[in-house]
Parts: sequence; C-alpha cells; structure tokens
Amino acid sequence: MQLGKVVGNVVLNNKNETLSGVTLLLVQPISSAREPVGRVIVAADSVGAGVGEHVFFVRGKEASFPFAPVEVPTDAGIVGIVDRWDLG
Amino acid sequence: MQIARVIGTVVATQKHAKFEGAKLLLVQPIALDDSPRGTPLLAVDSVGAGVHEKVLIVIEGRAAGEALGRKGAPVDAAVIGIIDEVDVHE
Repeated sequence: MQLGKVVGNVVLNNKNETLSGVTLLLVQPISSAREPVGRVIVAADSVGAGVGEHVFFVRGKEASFPFAPVEVPTDAGIVGIVDRWDLG
Repeated sequence: MQIARVIGTVVATQKHAKFEGAKLLLVQPIALDDSPRGTPLLAVDSVGAGVHEKVLIVIEGRAAGEALGRKGAPVDAAVIGIIDEVDVHE
C-alpha cells in the first residue's frame, strides 16, 4: 500500500455498469515526508474519504475486493484514512 | 520478495474491515548496502516486526493476503520475516 492525499474526484456519466455507485477519487501518492511522489492516480473509494485527507491505497486486483461480490474493474483503491504516521 | 527496513508505524481508525487488528508498517526498500531504494510503502505486519528492523517483504496481492491470513483482504504488501543476516558472496 502507499500513502496518498486526496486531491479531487472524478465524475462519469457513461461508465462500465459495475462502477455505478463507486466513488472515484484523485489521489496524489506522497512520501513519508509528505512530498508528492509520481503522478496523480484515480482510485475507487470504499472508506468514505474526502478531499484533503491522507489515505492509504492498494494497487492491483485487490483494489476491487471491498466491492465483492461485484467485480469492479479498478486497479487502485483507497482502503483506509490515515490519522497519523510516526517515524522511528 | 524484497529487503526493507521498517521506518515507522501508521495509525488509521477508519479502514476496511479486513485491516482490523492488523499492524501497518511504513517500510523503506533497501539495497544490499542498506541504501534506500525508491519510496517507502505500507505493509501489513505478520511477524511482529518493529521500527529499525530489517525485514523481508512481499509486494504482491495474493502473497500479502496469505501472509495476513485473511481471504479477500485488499492488501498488496506484507512483512513476512525479520532478517537476522544477509550474506553476499561476491
């Protein structure tokens, strides 16, 4: 999983029907020093995250697991809202 | 699998149910000379690893889910061992 910050959302009217009701958010992956890393991605949200929040997201097929038994065609999914992280 | 160092812990109250009770670690993949490689990532802990420890991680969904022991968990990385020693013969 990776840390990220929600920076927006994506609205689609014409989409794969398995995506209906799925919230798609724009996520900027960040480092543990809160710096942006790489490009912004679109991720399916299953935890009710909002713009400005720090989250962690999973990549790959596992991103669709929260929506089971519906097989949502997503390759990235927000699976937690981060309260904080502590560096040792 | 990759060698990494645990650099921190993550606290997340609101998360997918399959993460309940799981420990989330921030791990930095490292090279054989201990230098950092790439960005730190989050991995679920399956062995009781702590900050500063050198660990073995998997970055693949199925393997990570099996390490966590929960079917259908939306995870893609897990700590699967604490490394005592790495011997390089070259």
